[in-house]
Amino acid sequence: MQSTFQPRTDAEVDAYAETMRRHRQGRDLTTRIIAHVTLILLAVMALVPVLWMISSSLKAPTEIFVTPIQWIPSTPRWSNYVDAFAKAPLWLYFWNTMILCVFTVVGTVISSSLVAFSFARLRWPGRDFFFALLLITMMLPVVVLIVPRFLMFSYWYRWPFRWIGTFLPLIVPAWFAVNGLYVFLMRQFFMGIPVELEDAARIDGASTLRILWQIFIPLSQPVVITVVILTFIQYYNEFLEALIYLKPATWTLAVGIRAMNDQFYATSWETVFATGTFMLAPLVILFFAAQRYFIEGVALSGFGGR
Amino acid sequence: MAVVSTSATGRRRRSPFSRRAAIEGYLFASPFIIGFVAFILIPMVWSFILIFQEWNLLGTARWVGMKNLEALMSDPKVPQSLWNTAYFAFISVPLQLALAFFCAILLNQNIRGRNFYRTALYLPVVVPVVVSAFIWQRAYHPDFGIINAALGWFGIPPQAWLFEPALAKPAFIFMRIWVMGTQMVIFLAGLQSVPLSLLEAAELDGAGTWKRFWNVTFPMMTPVIFFNLVVGLIGNFQVFAPALVMTKGGPADATLFMVLYIYRQGFEYSKLGYAATLSWLFFLIIIIFTFIQFRLQGRWVYYENE
Repeated sequence: MQSTFQPRTDAEVDAYAETMRRHRQGRDLTTRIIAHVTLILLAVMALVPVLWMISSSLKAPTEIFVTPIQWIPSTPRWSNYVDAFAKAPLWLYFWNTMILCVFTVVGTVISSSLVAFSFARLRWPGRDFFFALLLITMMLPVVVLIVPRFLMFSYWYRWPFRWIGTFLPLIVPAWFAVNGLYVFLMRQFFMGIPVELEDAARIDGASTLRILWQIFIPLSQPVVITVVILTFIQYYNEFLEALIYLKPATWTLAVGIRAMNDQFYATSWETVFATGTFMLAPLVILFFAAQRYFIEGVALSGFGGR
Repeated sequence: MAVVSTSATGRRRRSPFSRRAAIEGYLFASPFIIGFVAFILIPMVWSFILIFQEWNLLGTARWVGMKNLEALMSDPKVPQSLWNTAYFAFISVPLQLALAFFCAILLNQNIRGRNFYRTALYLPVVVPVVVSAFIWQRAYHPDFGIINAALGWFGIPPQAWLFEPALAKPAFIFMRIWVMGTQMVIFLAGLQSVPLSLLEAAELDGAGTWKRFWNVTFPMMTPVIFFNLVVGLIGNFQVFAPALVMTKGGPADATLFMVLYIYRQGFEYSKLGYAATLSWLFFLIIIIFTFIQFRLQGRWVYYENE
């Protein structure tokens, strides 16, 4: 039932690779060495900039502004992190980011699953039209919306208070399933769930909402986790709209530390790098904890992590 | 009596939608329908109206007729920012895809350490855009950056990168290519679904590694390449955060990309009408390029089911 969505198992991949390996047994060793050397070089290029930031976040200024580069700090200077927290309200930014992420993730999962269920399993006139509309909105560049949205949130939407400067301009749309990608992912998954389960529940008198919450959502755990992670990353990184709608008291990490970088660009690299490492850390932890969902989510959607 | 009831069920069967199901369908899809109207459709219409308006900071609109369009025609920064955006997107996307495809092919073998390489190459995607901008802003530093240090090992003299108009865009492109994990994972998933039977059949017919690649693997992969191309171009056209953080559009407007220019007109110069006009121009250009790609798709993309 999940066959359309589960990427091949590792065993299958290995079997495939094994066959491919047999295909070119003749030049096996040279090919392998070349492949390893290339991959090591590329992996180093991918990792070094990040490692350089982390290492520099622990350096003394005298170790940063030297040539040739000193790659490893002589003694790790943890006080750089203390300085960073003293120079900008990083905990406030972090707290704001968490509020934003929690409310948008919950809203996205609830609204997207309702809409996805409607597109996958309910029959109503205009359904295909609205589904096509949803797919088109996925390609819409957000920049055409920001000016009128800014005006709307500044002058129209005043309940319960003026929206601009608060989290509402970012949170409320998430509760209305405006990101088509998540609806699309869930709809695809729901389509693979056998109709018999739904019919059996209906005969037992379950309401549609109950079928969704008690049958579809539990069975769709992989795609729900993927949507949670993708949404979390999206709002953790949200920049353009956050920059426009938020004010210093509601700034998220992305917007807040950008202002900090402007202030300390020339002088304190170690402070800015410590701040950057602070923002990166939760995502790296999340990535290693849920790597499977990251990579599957991206492979399924192709949009994640942009 | 019996006749009436059969005709009733008959009618129900003929009409594809039962009333109850239709109401439920709309109800479940209502978050998207309401969200689409409130946060996408109305802003789009308003954005179009804004082309003919100018707003001041007190929130009052003034009709200005064609003034914004005339300004657009005579503004030298419009062709400049369009050129910058096109340069960036049309060079970075093919390079990104080529590298991602190459890595995916290497990783698709039964190679030791495959998971490590995949994780390492994917990791730059996990880095928040703002944090990666911090890293690269300093990595490109003429005196203390790692890029010049690395080039120095090959005897290449230090360059001014982000301070040099001719080098700033290539620097941005390299930075974007660094983040190719998303495309790589999508290609990897695609490669793993190339049917083994086809590859084996080709081998039995005496096709070597190259022939198998060009005549089997590559054609089977064209839909995935097409997908990455369309999504990649739409995404890279919208480059914004790195330019705002690293260069603020400089040096000499060399990294003044379209979204940055729209942001600047709207939210730094408070010319909301003009910003909306620019965003429509940008939107139309994206539509045209996406449309062209879909038209050209028939010439090179292979779909198995046709």
